[in-house]
Amino acid sequence: MSFDIPQLAEITIDDLEALGTGAGILGTGGGGNPRIGRLRLQTLFEDEEYPDSVKLVSPKDLPADATVASVGGMGAPTISVEKFPKGDEDYKSLRAIESFSGETVDAIIPGEIGGANSMAPLCVAAMADLPVVDGDGMGRAFPELQMDTFFIYGSPVNYAATTDERGNQVVYKDIDSAKRLEDLARAITVQMGGRSGYAFPLMTGEFISQYAIPHTVSLATELGRTVERAREQGDDPVKAGRELLGGKDLFEGKVVDVHRRNRDGFAMGSVTLSGLDDDSRLEIEFQNEFLIARADDDQVLTTVPDLICIVDNDTGAPVMTDALRYGQRVRVLGVPAPELLTTPEALDVIGPEAFGYELAYEPLPRGETGW
Amino acid sequence: MTDYRIGIDVGGTNTDAVVMNSDDDLLAKTKTPTTEDITTGILNALDVVLDDSGVSEEELEYVMLGTTHATNAITERRGLNEVGVIRIGAPATQSIRPLLEWPDDLADAIGNNVAILDGGHEFDGRTLNNIDEEEIREQVREFADVDAFAVTSVFSPVRDDHEKRVTEIIREEIGDDVPISVSNEIGSVGLLERENATALNAALTNVAEEAATAFVDAMDERGIDANLYFGQNDGTLMSVDYAIRYPIFTVASGPSNSVRGAAYLSEVENGIIVDVGGTTTDVGAVTEGFPRESSVAVEIGEVKTNFRMPDIIAIGIGGGSIVDTEGEVTVGPQSVGYKLTEKAKCFGGDVLTATDLEVAAGTIDIGPETPDVDQSTVEAAREYVRERVEREVDRMKTSAEPVPVVIVGGGSILVPDEIEGASEVYKPDHYEVANAVGVAIAQVSGEVDRIYSLDEMSREEAIQSAKDEATDNALAAGADEDSVDIVDVEEVPLSYLPGNAVRIKVKAAGALDH
Repeated sequence: MSFDIPQLAEITIDDLEALGTGAGILGTGGGGNPRIGRLRLQTLFEDEEYPDSVKLVSPKDLPADATVASVGGMGAPTISVEKFPKGDEDYKSLRAIESFSGETVDAIIPGEIGGANSMAPLCVAAMADLPVVDGDGMGRAFPELQMDTFFIYGSPVNYAATTDERGNQVVYKDIDSAKRLEDLARAITVQMGGRSGYAFPLMTGEFISQYAIPHTVSLATELGRTVERAREQGDDPVKAGRELLGGKDLFEGKVVDVHRRNRDGFAMGSVTLSGLDDDSRLEIEFQNEFLIARADDDQVLTTVPDLICIVDNDTGAPVMTDALRYGQRVRVLGVPAPELLTTPEALDVIGPEAFGYELAYEPLPRGETGW
Repeated sequence: MTDYRIGIDVGGTNTDAVVMNSDDDLLAKTKTPTTEDITTGILNALDVVLDDSGVSEEELEYVMLGTTHATNAITERRGLNEVGVIRIGAPATQSIRPLLEWPDDLADAIGNNVAILDGGHEFDGRTLNNIDEEEIREQVREFADVDAFAVTSVFSPVRDDHEKRVTEIIREEIGDDVPISVSNEIGSVGLLERENATALNAALTNVAEEAATAFVDAMDERGIDANLYFGQNDGTLMSVDYAIRYPIFTVASGPSNSVRGAAYLSEVENGIIVDVGGTTTDVGAVTEGFPRESSVAVEIGEVKTNFRMPDIIAIGIGGGSIVDTEGEVTVGPQSVGYKLTEKAKCFGGDVLTATDLEVAAGTIDIGPETPDVDQSTVEAAREYVRERVEREVDRMKTSAEPVPVVIVGGGSILVPDEIEGASEVYKPDHYEVANAVGVAIAQVSGEVDRIYSLDEMSREEAIQSAKDEATDNALAAGADEDSVDIVDVEEVPLSYLPGNAVRIKVKAAGALDH
């Protein structure tokens, strides 16, 4: 199954705005704002020292023995907007796992296309003059690193590194589980001041071609473009985006209540929406990302791993959990998750129960296109 | 008796003034055209209301001014300072330079002098990097010719030591007179937006000082020995000295004054305010008597900023809006603006404006002529305006419940008395000068917006500490001790941090100390 979208050969400065918008929508409320990454990439593209585009390679076109690594930023989104990167943290982490393993990385893949980490791999690729795989490990955003398809489908946690802006590098080798790496790297990141650039693990082209969610860099860019185009032409941008994603309108209404609580460093809470012309309600629970959508009769409409995207009713722009506020007029889209996220082994890690809800995953109906 | 006060609001089209007594009764009001130099218009308005009220210059205790000097300077790139923009935070933040997102002509207008130097703090107050005093001195000497400095240090809302030290070094190197804007006094967490707001503020100090001096001189000339205040974005007042140091806080004072004035005149403490001016209509919300604050980054001159701004939606409909009768009847966004008395049909001109329709319908009597417009066009235009206003009113609401809607401003006649979604529609007495009333009755406030680590104190202690500090700030700004109240407390947890950091925003406000 695939989406009916053009597969991009490269990303240039003209794609960044669209990619940012699309990555924001796929971020399902979390994943961090792509803006900082977009400005960093814009700066690199405008710098004569670096190339002015990054090549994309389809997962299917990777040589089976190619070496691929995922890179990005780890930490609190609130910190990233205040203490943004020096610019070489993730790049240094990539070099660190290369020197520890003695291997040379041939291509870079985003760990999560949703949110800020859509941009960092492109920055590292521009700095290292490497291609980026047109795909990722989530097709959306999730709060923890063991939740990407690479680890769900058994990539060993062979090498990993986190680096801070001072150049301090911590390298991890042969960690017994991805969840352990998450815990270790998160603790180190806090010590590094709440944000680090990471690289992990080393994977083969063959593995990526099987387990990466394909063409999500192109999808995010096309999604952003579709929304922007509709906006410019006076069409309904939300409808245009929903149709591209093969999603469903879950609700249209206004934010009437937001509950937040901070547990173990996660932005948890719920948002209640009310219909514009009637008293119908929708409640969405979030843990950094939107996870469960319930109608007013407590009927569960959508659960993780299906995507619950809240977008501005007029502009189609993504609304993140930290930007939710009373009175916003929004539409809620439900998008069927990539098939790789819906298998029993995936649901063990990213299904409703993995997030503490006693609910079974009831998939949204799939259309003709998808992922 | 010296307890009268004058509120003056300078708008794009009109300068409005009111005289009020200590019981907040309105004694006189006027609407006079805004002049290009602004000050002449202010004096004209002042003369009219003093004359009408019979209050003498000596009897004035306060004069409050809401002005658009700063906004105009930004949009017109006029009179802006050359600014040395210093960011303290290297090695972090070097991937994005200051002013990157600014329009080129605006960045050029402030000189494009930027530097990223060592220093800054972490979210929990630890040192990110030490500052390098010699590096700072060298940079400051390199910027010796700038008119003003903007200093922004990473996580200065948590710890401002580095911004303080850089300020001292600039004083040592350049002297005591150069204006320095420091970011922790201007914006909140979000380095680029805070840095932008700080740089804009630094760019405006000269414009602000000229405006303030002109205002003070004009008062002196009239023999007015009153306390002078400027209206600011949150609907409260600031002293002249403060306005010169923080001109960025005046850029949205107009709409905020209208919200406050409308709430006061209608006695609606919670509701939606519609202010119909000459060119635009501002729709805002009033919460407990104060303008609701915007929670998203607000753009000023196409630059994203994150300091306190009212939540306002502007639509292109006003008294001077041009009416298009080709095909479906539409009103605005094109407007004759301040040239209404020259171009509108009711003044003998040849442009059909929204005002002309009401003159034709006989609801108002303005100008020497009565334009000939058929009733169906008037009805269609009214319906168009009603639909646009209803849509924005609905967007500002926080629930489906009907809420009170207050219509103010010189163009109020354009908005019908029945609005869908309104529990009641008010057009209070003196609606046309609500903005001048708003600044005349304004209070003084103090604010705190800071990140607290809950490892060292409880949540309640952190909130109390913020409340105490906000109250102290309000008292320092001139508030009367007995009337100071906490008017807003907001708490924003910071995600992904096990250290339990929380951002707390508190505002206190009180009446002027008599």
